[in-house]
Amino acid sequence: MFAFAVRRITQAIIVMLVIGLLGFSIKQKIGDPVRDIVGVSVSVAERDALREELGLNDPFLAQYVRFIKNAVHGDLGMSFFFKRPTLEVILSKAPATLELVFASSLIIILLSIPLGIYTAINPRNLPSRIIMGGSIVGVSIPVFLTAIILIYIFAVELHWLPSYGRGETVNVWGWESGFLTLDGLKHLILPSIALSSIMLPLFIRLIRSEMMETLETEYVKFAWAKGLSRRRIWFLHAFKNTLLPVITVGGVQLGILIAYTILTETVFQWQGMGFMFLEAVERSDTSLLVAYIIVVGALFVVVNTIVDLIYGLVNPTIRITGRK
Amino acid sequence: MDHLLEVKDLEVKFALRMGDLTAINGVSFTLDRSERLGLVGESGAGKSVTGFSIINLISKPGYISGGSVIFEGRDLTRLTNEGMRHIRGNLISMIFQDPMMTLNPVLTIGTQMVETLQAHMDISRKEAEDISLEKLRKVHIPSPEKRLQQYPHEFSGGMRQRIVVAIALLTDPALVIADEPTTALDVTIQAEIMELLLELCESEGTGLILITHDLAVVSQVTQKIAVMYAGKIVEAGQTEDIIDNPRHPYTQGLIKAIPDGRNPGARLNQIPGTMPSLIDIPPGCSFHPRCMIRGDICRHESPALKNIHGYRSMAACHMLDTAEKQAGANVTK
Repeated sequence: MFAFAVRRITQAIIVMLVIGLLGFSIKQKIGDPVRDIVGVSVSVAERDALREELGLNDPFLAQYVRFIKNAVHGDLGMSFFFKRPTLEVILSKAPATLELVFASSLIIILLSIPLGIYTAINPRNLPSRIIMGGSIVGVSIPVFLTAIILIYIFAVELHWLPSYGRGETVNVWGWESGFLTLDGLKHLILPSIALSSIMLPLFIRLIRSEMMETLETEYVKFAWAKGLSRRRIWFLHAFKNTLLPVITVGGVQLGILIAYTILTETVFQWQGMGFMFLEAVERSDTSLLVAYIIVVGALFVVVNTIVDLIYGLVNPTIRITGRK
Repeated sequence: MDHLLEVKDLEVKFALRMGDLTAINGVSFTLDRSERLGLVGESGAGKSVTGFSIINLISKPGYISGGSVIFEGRDLTRLTNEGMRHIRGNLISMIFQDPMMTLNPVLTIGTQMVETLQAHMDISRKEAEDISLEKLRKVHIPSPEKRLQQYPHEFSGGMRQRIVVAIALLTDPALVIADEPTTALDVTIQAEIMELLLELCESEGTGLILITHDLAVVSQVTQKIAVMYAGKIVEAGQTEDIIDNPRHPYTQGLIKAIPDGRNPGARLNQIPGTMPSLIDIPPGCSFHPRCMIRGDICRHESPALKNIHGYRSMAACHMLDTAEKQAGANVTK
């Protein structure tokens, strides 16, 4: 397990270096740190002096190394608009996004597993056909449209749920949480449903197809021949084997959810990282954009590494190789 | 007349879009307590389907469309799912072909053994583990206490099949159905597993249905043989009768096809042609297109399995007089 973990973590570091290179290149090409600092009313000569002082005339590689060094120390540059370190800006927005992603993941996991198993066991009955048909519809409708439809039905017409914002939040050790108030939870419902609407059908389909394949295997047939109960065969023998591929794909997909938050947060005016990102694009706040890319990239890498480690725990074959 | 198992006019069909295909067509045989029967034939003859239909576990879209399977006085084809569950793995257990595929890769051997016992008996995990250990010792697995905690991938193919044998015998079933139990193994391990199975069935008084295409194996293990062709039994009788004096031309062909080592380098005798697929089973005797002694009647009329004058075994062939002469000719040659 130790060797396995070390290998995974090394890979994660390499991926982060590449993400850093991409982010840095964007900054080089598009951004102008001098503008971020001084504004318009400063002369060209002064700008050039500042450029030299900041090391902006150094070779690309030297600047990249400096960029990575700073990044490791948590310095991802200053936001031109907020006049604050970008990392600080992003971290202040992160709880909103992470809570949204968490709520969506919960919806996805809690619904896709039972529905996936159900449709695999009864592939041809009416409820399964309805679920599978519905899942195609779910995949095909873009997130922003789902979000607008949800707002129209539940906020505009029925007045059941609020249509935008996070509602009342509570500050718990610097973390602005909407989980702890009724108002916050109400505000969370529509955005998290909208965000899960793309991934949920994918997960149902993935679990269903993997499960159907597992149900055809010899070891499941042998389990029937041993006279085990249906429940044990479905939920232990078949499902545990279904889980392996689902975890691998699922980890990546949950990471992609973070990217989808940009759309959802914009529609719902949800004050998270995705909303901030679009604002930063409008303001050409390059440092903030690059910092966002790097933070989200890091989140992605961390999620994937954790997923791989969990996979190692579920799959006995990997565990053994790791132990040796 | 109290048989352990009596299969009567068993008929199995596969429901396909183009209509039902008959895979098993009127198969009948009996098995007494501690008796061993070999079901023999080429691939596609319906041996495995027959085996699986005894415990009503044919893969979809197959279903039992007729006949009965009387086991200890009960017709298994009429049992409910729950009733059948108490039979499977408890009174009748199965051994599958490929031990690499039969054991669940993500569960320990211990779990897979204990769950079988607990599915049929009201016992604690500790008691179930003790029975499992005892059975693992019987199939000669060294240090079974340690092995119980291990996963299937930590065992070799031969070891896994021993474990499968141990699982099959956990509940001391009255009948074991072994579907090609050694086909997927190395030749040396094949003999080991077969010997182990025979030894355990003999010592525990377990009935055995051995499904195989290997006549050599059958001749050493079973007392009775039923030869299947295209979903029917074409010859049935005592093992020595069928091996020494096969009556049906198909059985004769099978036996002649066994390499005997007396003439190294000589061409093996093979039966011309292949087993017909279920979609176009020829009319009349389904073997007639490949048969060397066919007559006109074979094209139109399906022969019944019947006793043959002067012999103990039964065969389904119109041309038995001719077959008899041929067998005689072979003996004199």
